[in-house]
Amino acid sequence: MLSRHADNLFWLARYVERAENTARLLEAAARLSAMPVSHAEGSNEWEMAVAATGTLDSFQEAYGEANARTVVEHLAFSTFNPSSIRSCMEVARTNARSVRTALTMDMWETINSGWLEMRKRSAARMNRQELSDFLGWVKEASLRFDGSAHRTMLRNDAYYFLCLGSYIERADFTARILNVKADVLTPDRPSVGGGFDYYQWSWILRSVSALTSYHWVYRENLKPHLVADLLILRDEMPRSLVACYQNITRNLDSLARDYGRQGPAQRKARATFGRLQGAQMDEVFKTGLSDYLDTFIADNANLGFAIAEQYLE
Amino acid sequence: MAGVAFDEMTGDGSTCRPAYSLIKSWLAETKPETLKRRQEEAEFLFRRIGITFAVYGDAEAEERIIPFDIVPRVLTTAEWGTLSKGLTQRVTALNRFLADIYGKGEIIRAGVVPQELVYQNPSFRPEMVGVKLPSDVYVQIAGIDIIRTDDNDFYVLEDNARTPSGVSYMLENRDVMMRLFPDLFAEARIQPVENYPDELLASLRSLAPASAPSEPTVALMTPGPLNSAYYEHSFLADKLGVDLVEGRDLFVRDNVVYMRTTEGPKRVDVIYRRIDDDFLDPLAFRPDSVLGVPGLISAYRAGNVNVANAVGTGVADDKAMYTYMPDIVRFYLGEEPILKNVPTWRCREPDSLKYVLENLPDLVVKEVQGSGGYGMLVGPKADKAQIESFAAKLKADPDNFIAQPTLALSTSPTFVEEGIAPRHVDLRPFVLTGSDKVRIVPGGLTRVALKEGSLVVNSSQGGGTKDTWIIEDPDTDDLGPAEGGSPSQSQSQSQGKV
Repeated sequence: MLSRHADNLFWLARYVERAENTARLLEAAARLSAMPVSHAEGSNEWEMAVAATGTLDSFQEAYGEANARTVVEHLAFSTFNPSSIRSCMEVARTNARSVRTALTMDMWETINSGWLEMRKRSAARMNRQELSDFLGWVKEASLRFDGSAHRTMLRNDAYYFLCLGSYIERADFTARILNVKADVLTPDRPSVGGGFDYYQWSWILRSVSALTSYHWVYRENLKPHLVADLLILRDEMPRSLVACYQNITRNLDSLARDYGRQGPAQRKARATFGRLQGAQMDEVFKTGLSDYLDTFIADNANLGFAIAEQYLE
Repeated sequence: MAGVAFDEMTGDGSTCRPAYSLIKSWLAETKPETLKRRQEEAEFLFRRIGITFAVYGDAEAEERIIPFDIVPRVLTTAEWGTLSKGLTQRVTALNRFLADIYGKGEIIRAGVVPQELVYQNPSFRPEMVGVKLPSDVYVQIAGIDIIRTDDNDFYVLEDNARTPSGVSYMLENRDVMMRLFPDLFAEARIQPVENYPDELLASLRSLAPASAPSEPTVALMTPGPLNSAYYEHSFLADKLGVDLVEGRDLFVRDNVVYMRTTEGPKRVDVIYRRIDDDFLDPLAFRPDSVLGVPGLISAYRAGNVNVANAVGTGVADDKAMYTYMPDIVRFYLGEEPILKNVPTWRCREPDSLKYVLENLPDLVVKEVQGSGGYGMLVGPKADKAQIESFAAKLKADPDNFIAQPTLALSTSPTFVEEGIAPRHVDLRPFVLTGSDKVRIVPGGLTRVALKEGSLVVNSSQGGGTKDTWIIEDPDTDDLGPAEGGSPSQSQSQSQGKV
């Protein structure tokens, strides 16, 4: 297929995924901010949400203080933040339009109507209930898109590029969420006491919709090293780093099989996947969780560049 | 010439012409509420499919739906047989003309067409002189606009020989009609149009350069999503099963055109371009064009890629050249033209200019290079001030204009707000020329002026479309196929050289 079309599909999927992730992040922040002050002492959940998206510098320049109003504006509706939900949906739609022949009708309709709907929304005077409805709607649009892709697309290179975009974006997001909270996940840190730690850990799990899954997997109270274990090493958790890489290698292998050759992208992905499969949580903590995640985020980004160089340019 | 228009259902108003007997009884039997509901369903389908077009200069409505009328326009196989022969003849002559003016120029030496009209035409491309194209075909896809004024009188209004559009509406209109009215189709036995993409692909492949493999790679080139016809481009690429490319997807190396694919560079043999000459290649034409492919024209001249339609066909379809078409047909084919030209005054000729200026309220005046219904004066519909200001433009640059009588375009029954009413229509059949033959799917795009009394059918000016049916004439039903109505509607084209 045309490199540009593959590129459009890859980024279409990334932006849809990013819009959904940002919506979950805002949901979790809104929930944490409704807790009694003593439970959330010393942490600004709104600032944390911005930090997780990697846009803290541009945010502070534009808004200064992080609070419900400024962060919702920045992460959901801003036309200046290229990663806001609004921007994501607009770019997703532009990409979809350029590559319409590679999309099924159901996928196109989801993206197109999603954008037409988004254009009607704005942050002005949105109360908590309306914000919650809005974020629910964003998640639904993303789920409809994924569902229609899964159910209606031919399993060929177009589908593989779409999946690659989703999983690389997802892996990046999970790693960033963990990274902004790396300090509260480190096993030996002195406990602050009260409900503080519990809510920090549950915030992480909520941001990736994994709170219920946690209880099913471990049947235990929240323990920081298990939270990290779930989101990094457990392959039954669909947003964990290892699960994302299982899917990334599978889709890259499908491409290599169809095209009859492989390259740096396949080798890089397999190396990362192998490292995740062989890793143990206590070793991860020994190198330092934050360092470990920094390395992962960089490797993941490099895989993105390798895919672009090998296929998309 | 203008008067009461010929109505395709009722003729002079008193009877029902046989071609429309089914439509007439259907309209009589069907309640207006039902029609209204069907019309809404049709609109819903079009919106769902996303058939849209953009109107330039209309920022609010980035994408609009072209209005669709559910009452079909009907022609008989006998009428179509004549039309189809006439279209084949006309497009064959157009191709011979283009091969000649970019070749030996015999028609100019014979004094049939004035040389300044060719060589000083802004659409004439000196780059094409002496270039040998596969089978000498320049116009692979023509959209010939036809109007009807009476039972037997069909006129060519325009020869669109550059990048004619609208074929997606022909195909989608049929699709929607078949979904909404399956019973009508069972009764009427309408000739199919859905093979158009296959015929188009066969035509394009037949004209691949000699160096191309036996399964040549075809790509459809679009200026991009901002173009008003982008929907049609993506629709056709999908139906043809070819890649929809933009200029940046292509590159030229050693005079060969490649597209950038996920499996590396892939050679392209035929480019069905829906982008104007000016923007094709910044090295050859407009240097500021970012839509084109540097080096494309050089690869084309070297015979390593074919381009449909050819570069430089615009010289044959402007409104000044149009007036010479009957002579062009006679010169190359030695036949009388089957399709008539609308009588036209060339304002470049002083006597004609004088006549036109004196009779502006009765005439339609058009810019020689204009299209889309822009920049024209419809005399009978204009007020005094409009006529005066247009007269000034005309006097300032007479070469730029032609004038025609206001023809009484035929009307066809149309479902409008007040019910069924006659509205003026035209017809754009799509004529495909390959190395082997001329192919025309039976029918074409019927455009309808939805405003009462309006003669302007362009979608940018409030026009709509209808499905076009070619049916067996009920009178000749038992007498075997009507003359010229062979199922494929294709006729061999002689490839003799001048």
